[in-house]
Amino acid sequence: MDEIMSKNNSEYLIERNDNVYEVVIGLEVHAQVTSNSKLFSSSSTRFGAEPNTQVSLVDAAFPGMLPVINEYCIKQAIKTGIGLKAKINNRSVFDRKNYFYADLPQGYQISQYKYPIVGEGNVILDMPEGQKQVGIERLHLEQDAGKSIHDVDPSNTLVDLNRSGVALMEIVSKPDLRSPDEVNAFIKKLRSIMRYLGTCDGNMQEGSLRADVNVSVRIKGSTDLGTRCEIKNVNSIKFMQMAIIYEANRQVDLIEEGEEIDQETRLFDTKKNETRSMRSKEDAHDYRYFPDPDLLPLEVTDEFIDQLKSEIPELPDDKKKRFIDEFKVSPYEATILVSDIDTAKYFEEVVAKMGKNRDMKLAVNWITGELFAVLNDKNIEIAQSPISAKNLAKLINLIKNGTISGKIAKTIFELMLESDIDPQIIVEEKGLKQESDPKALEALIDKIINDNREKAIEYKQGKEKLFGFFVGQAMKASGGKANPQLINEILKKKL
Amino acid sequence: MTEITSLSLFELIKNIKEKKISSNEIAKSFVDRSEKSKKLNAYVTENFENCLNLSKEFDNKPNFDLKLPGIPIAVKDLFCTNEVRTTAGSNILNNFVPSYESTVTQNIWNEGGILLGKLNCDEFAMGSSNETSFFGNVQNPIAKDLVPGGSSGGSSSALAANLTPVTIGTDTGGSIRQPASFTGTVGLKPTYGSCSRYGIVAFASSLDQAGPMSKDVKDSSILLEVISSFDKKDSTSIDFKRNNYSSELTKNIKGIKIGIPKEYRVDGMPDEIENLWKKGIEYAKDCGAEIIDISLPHSSYALPTYYIVAPAEASSNLARYDGVKYGLRSYGESLIDMYEKTRSEGFGEEVKRRIMIGTYVLSSGYYDAYYLKAQKVRQLIKQDFDQAYNTVDAILTPSTPSSAFKIGEKSNDPVSMYLNDIFTVPVNLAGLPGISIPAGVDKNNYPLGLQIIGKPFDEQTVLNIAYSMEEKINYKNNITDWWMK
Repeated sequence: MDEIMSKNNSEYLIERNDNVYEVVIGLEVHAQVTSNSKLFSSSSTRFGAEPNTQVSLVDAAFPGMLPVINEYCIKQAIKTGIGLKAKINNRSVFDRKNYFYADLPQGYQISQYKYPIVGEGNVILDMPEGQKQVGIERLHLEQDAGKSIHDVDPSNTLVDLNRSGVALMEIVSKPDLRSPDEVNAFIKKLRSIMRYLGTCDGNMQEGSLRADVNVSVRIKGSTDLGTRCEIKNVNSIKFMQMAIIYEANRQVDLIEEGEEIDQETRLFDTKKNETRSMRSKEDAHDYRYFPDPDLLPLEVTDEFIDQLKSEIPELPDDKKKRFIDEFKVSPYEATILVSDIDTAKYFEEVVAKMGKNRDMKLAVNWITGELFAVLNDKNIEIAQSPISAKNLAKLINLIKNGTISGKIAKTIFELMLESDIDPQIIVEEKGLKQESDPKALEALIDKIINDNREKAIEYKQGKEKLFGFFVGQAMKASGGKANPQLINEILKKKL
Repeated sequence: MTEITSLSLFELIKNIKEKKISSNEIAKSFVDRSEKSKKLNAYVTENFENCLNLSKEFDNKPNFDLKLPGIPIAVKDLFCTNEVRTTAGSNILNNFVPSYESTVTQNIWNEGGILLGKLNCDEFAMGSSNETSFFGNVQNPIAKDLVPGGSSGGSSSALAANLTPVTIGTDTGGSIRQPASFTGTVGLKPTYGSCSRYGIVAFASSLDQAGPMSKDVKDSSILLEVISSFDKKDSTSIDFKRNNYSSELTKNIKGIKIGIPKEYRVDGMPDEIENLWKKGIEYAKDCGAEIIDISLPHSSYALPTYYIVAPAEASSNLARYDGVKYGLRSYGESLIDMYEKTRSEGFGEEVKRRIMIGTYVLSSGYYDAYYLKAQKVRQLIKQDFDQAYNTVDAILTPSTPSSAFKIGEKSNDPVSMYLNDIFTVPVNLAGLPGISIPAGVDKNNYPLGLQIIGKPFDEQTVLNIAYSMEEKINYKNNITDWWMK
């Protein structure tokens, strides 16, 4: 089989027998609402508690128990809708999605079916080739189910209802995504927006963010949508990408063999790296949706929505624009700086602490270079950075005003990692202040040239490489403290 | 002095406040009579010992400011009661003991009421004769082998037999008013949203309402005042200004306009019902009311609409009884097998029938034709009443199309059983208050009831009309205590 894949960031193409296929992807993202209590009960939503310790009578569906809407979750969903530049619906309805499962105590999930709280919106992706707009179909609120545990007891399935009733936002994208890389960018952008808003922590390890992935393929250039398969409940971006690649190729193979693609729900086996049929369209549940008679239609006024709008913080797209305008950083740098709200916060704090003579280039380089490397190495978030924004700003200023060289700065940075000390103090205690007195440096250089006459002559005769030798000698003689710029200037003059 | 158990709630309260009788004496009387009345099968769970102890406690530390000072009350077994078994008349909840209390019963205990026991009812309140209960038939104290009506059949039986001074039932399509009519007692279904549904085993959430059942209208007004409350735990509970129903109760209904809906003259309605209605109209006139002919054009669609909406909601509401968390669990080879066996053994025929109907009408492909259509018709039925209330203050109809029937007479004919609800279901569909009061007897001396339907939240007018007519009708049950002999 002549499998030649041409791949760039925005397109994932599969070539088979002179046919070129593109993949069409839509996502249904399940994002757990950041809220202390559940969607319809006052139980805690804290992650990692002992099984069945955060379960109210409502969550366990005891007879006569009734759901009561948690207003905070409604606000969170509306805020998210605003962040997605989406239409907020003044009237939405909670429906019952009926099916039996051991971890679904009510025998139905309360969800919004016909009338979701949020309508159409969009998300901008920053791809290397430029920006791409991805449509949002809707956002609705629903309850999470509990958890069935099959591998603890040899003969029984155990059920943990801690998650039962936790508020989820289901965010449905339009089938606008064309590659695994775009899926990566989309999930990250969505996560970023929600983290800015404080509406979902986006923690995929804890299951706060998972997605059903709809995949279909078609001959590139075609405008018809192919038959899609839905890959259920994938909980990492990497797995989503792997599942898409497997599934798209499987579908292309089927088409090339002249077979039909069944519309079905599939599961991604992360160990075997393949998708498997879970149930076909014919076996699809009939969920018998109908409006939950225990809950009245949810009505929100324009004033209520406007109030929430006024509470929306600056979001990544606007922040990026401002960073470019105000701080003169490049679009690429701005994208990196705003991608995570804590990075943006850190950067802005550094900028503020740098004061009037701020050096953006240095700030960006130190944050995205040295600091990111350390965070990566230690596998921690910027919010847990061992060096405070204030002290990093001081360090950058010490470089900017010539007190220390970049090289010394790296030494100081290492020391700061151990305990977040003011770099000024390190400079003073360790005597690391840069030598910038021209007279002192001239004397030092005179001595070096004197000691290395032969090399000085060679240099003059054209062996320009030896310049570096003199710089090195000067730095060594000064104990690394000599101002490298001055050394350069003086050496050029003297040699 | 007449027997304690034959006194009205109002008289009991009066006597207890005047310290003429103690709570314990009252409790003893009702417990004694209940003990002697086991043949009626009115109780599912007795709370007699507890009740006697609590009555003593009350007597030791009486609080006469309460509205139900030390009064023992038995309640329908659809209300969840803390630490007291609550079955909803079903095998699937045979051993279910709640750790919580329904708002309505809590309101009663807060006002000094004491739980006497849990009363039999149709399984999950689905039935009109109390024959669908897992705990067996209930006898109507009016005559042997007569149904007490349903679904609040244990309540109506216990009330008419003087086993409890008053009681509470729930009414989804007539389950308070029909059994009241069959037993010569008073039963009020309040406006939807008046009494909290919190802690009441759900049948059809958009129709279920708790309400008082009593021997006379005044007692219902006292009990309604206690049980009606705004409750944040029920999202459909409504925060409206509630009257002091008992102190505002008046027989003066001069000038009140009462509508007579022509559509309630249904085909094949027995003459005695027709005559009762005519008599009722005369009584209303005697009380000073103005009688106006009205039309409720969509009335004939009410019953089919009800039998789509109620089973649809029930099919979903009963999904939680799956053997996983509480209640009955039958052994199964797999999860699905366990579900099937649990629900096959746990539910009775009528409940299964309604789950099947409900599942069917909500299924894709049938939803629009049945459920959605029914919801639209429900709106039209509501609008009929809205229209009528532009010209009248209340509406007078028979409560039921017949008197009580024999046990077993209709149990194999669900449709004829469903027809029992023909006059009561429109009231639930429209969410209105309605009361049934005893108004006469049929050829067998079985009681017949009249229904007064009011405007939303206007229980006071409904009660006032009933109170006024009650005096004119002057109905007395003739209970011979046949079951004790």
